[in-house]
Amino acid sequence: MTTIDKAASVPGQRSSGRRPAQDRSQRFGEGGGVLNVFSHGFLAVWAIMIVLPLAWVVLGAFKTDAQINGSAWSWPSAFKFDAFGRAWEKGIGGFFVNTVIVLLGSVTLTMLLGSMAAYVLARYEFKGNKVIYYLFVAGSMFPVYLALVPLFFMVRNLGEISPYLGLNSYAGLILVYVAYSLPFTVFFMYSFFRTLPTAVHEAAMLDGCSHTRAFFQIMVPMAKPGLISVGIFNVLGQWNQYILPVTLMQPTSAGEADHSMLAQGLVNLALQSGYKSDAPALFAGMTIAMLPVLVVYLSFQRQVQAGLTSATLK
Amino acid sequence: MRHGKYPFIVGFLFLPIVLYVGLVLWPYAQTFGYSLTDWSGASQDMNFIGLDNYTRLLDDEVFGTALWHNLLLLVLLPIVTILIALFFAFMLNVGGKGGTGGIQGVKGAGFYKVVFFFPQVLSIAILAVLWGAVYRTDQSGLANGILIKLGLSSVNDPVQFLSDPDMVMWCVLAVLVWSGVGFYLVLFSASMQSIPKDIYEAALLDGAKRGQTFFKITLPLLWETVQTAWVYLAIVAMDAFALVSSITPGAYFGGGPDHHSELISTYLMRSFLRNGEAGYACSMGVVIFFFTLILTVVSLWATKRDKIEY
Repeated sequence: MTTIDKAASVPGQRSSGRRPAQDRSQRFGEGGGVLNVFSHGFLAVWAIMIVLPLAWVVLGAFKTDAQINGSAWSWPSAFKFDAFGRAWEKGIGGFFVNTVIVLLGSVTLTMLLGSMAAYVLARYEFKGNKVIYYLFVAGSMFPVYLALVPLFFMVRNLGEISPYLGLNSYAGLILVYVAYSLPFTVFFMYSFFRTLPTAVHEAAMLDGCSHTRAFFQIMVPMAKPGLISVGIFNVLGQWNQYILPVTLMQPTSAGEADHSMLAQGLVNLALQSGYKSDAPALFAGMTIAMLPVLVVYLSFQRQVQAGLTSATLK
Repeated sequence: MRHGKYPFIVGFLFLPIVLYVGLVLWPYAQTFGYSLTDWSGASQDMNFIGLDNYTRLLDDEVFGTALWHNLLLLVLLPIVTILIALFFAFMLNVGGKGGTGGIQGVKGAGFYKVVFFFPQVLSIAILAVLWGAVYRTDQSGLANGILIKLGLSSVNDPVQFLSDPDMVMWCVLAVLVWSGVGFYLVLFSASMQSIPKDIYEAALLDGAKRGQTFFKITLPLLWETVQTAWVYLAIVAMDAFALVSSITPGAYFGGGPDHHSELISTYLMRSFLRNGEAGYACSMGVVIFFFTLILTVVSLWATKRDKIEY
């Protein structure tokens, strides 16, 4: 959060820099001219390197198969959306819906459980408080695939307890997503709850408010900026999750419904040459998978950047 | 007021802890146990075989290659990414024309920051499909298309990128750098902006050049952030599974051609899901665990220095 404040204060400082003597600014300007062309060149080249492949993919969705397999430089002859329709029907539509269902459950539950745990750890003194906090933080240090082998069997065993929780089930994947998002969420919300003033909460408690009510009606509204930051982070992170669904969302028997997530389904289709004869549909599928995150990112880019960086810097 | 504090604490912590311990910590712990068995992964039969899996790792050439590739990424990825990101962050924050006096970034700094960050919000799976298409080995791939246009490659003999044993790791590294620079640029920008401008102005009054301000002011004050970035990039370098498993050639989790882009993670997944050697795969997991742990502890220890307050 501090990064936003700091960023906002920069223009003010910049204008105050106008006062000092002329000769200094001229001398600084000398080296600046050359460096400026140079730096703009590099920045522009890098920007093109980012935008070109993405734009190329979006354009590919409008090309014909022959154009895509011909030259990389072909330009679509007509902007028709039928490749998107084909991509949607080939499974992307189903994957999209699967991902939305899982994310609705997992992000809500991550935010609820994560902020509950973070709040208790940040604001209440009790034995083992620090230990539990560090246990949560430690979990974010290791790559997920270290736990994959046992996790696979654990989820399979869960499926024997209840068919709704096993492999290739929405609820099972939701619980796994929540568990693996908790470390970062707790870590982030912990430091956020610590910065909130205690006075309002104390006043409410004196008026006989219960701990639970104080949390939901006073602390959660006060923590809204932090919740938004970490919420967006979780949406992006879980939308883009790949290795967990690859391991857990495989049909366990023939004929079982394909509950693949979007990213996973897309890679499967690309690898299993489901699009061999229809490259435009693959490009359209990629566009469908990219657009929602780019829209979320562009609408909330300040919060995303501030959230990601402030969490790393702390 | 203290009434009901403990039931409340337990009530709020119970579910998160059950989920976290059950689905995160317990599997991590189990990895250790399984690494001491000859478990195949298919059945529940397993025998305790002590450290046999680990002695087998020592003689496993594929594992050695994979470890070497991970080490290569571990050194190169942070260096290249941090250098480019630092350079861009300096440009965006203090690289602008000094004409109005004072210190400022180049024009359009906000735009660049938003664009450079794009790859960070895309799934690594999408990046994999995207770069798979870019690296195609005929003129329909974007990279070859550009090279042919520039006359550096020809239609009849296009660059083999991912199928070339000598190039494949560099291609992987390029994608990782490409996608990572934006994040670290924003990270460095944030901490550069927290450096007071008076420090720069004082240095300029004393006759410092732009390059000097970077090496004598910006870099020392950013050192802590740079080291944080190093730890994060090291963790990325130890993983890189999604990318390598989906863009490099080779049946079952890539790693080809002929193990030339094999990483521990891809080898681990193949041993587990394809070769039916779950116990062996777990022992690789344990090796990575200690690798990451030592790496983190060493870098945290090395970065421990007095914080400069300003």
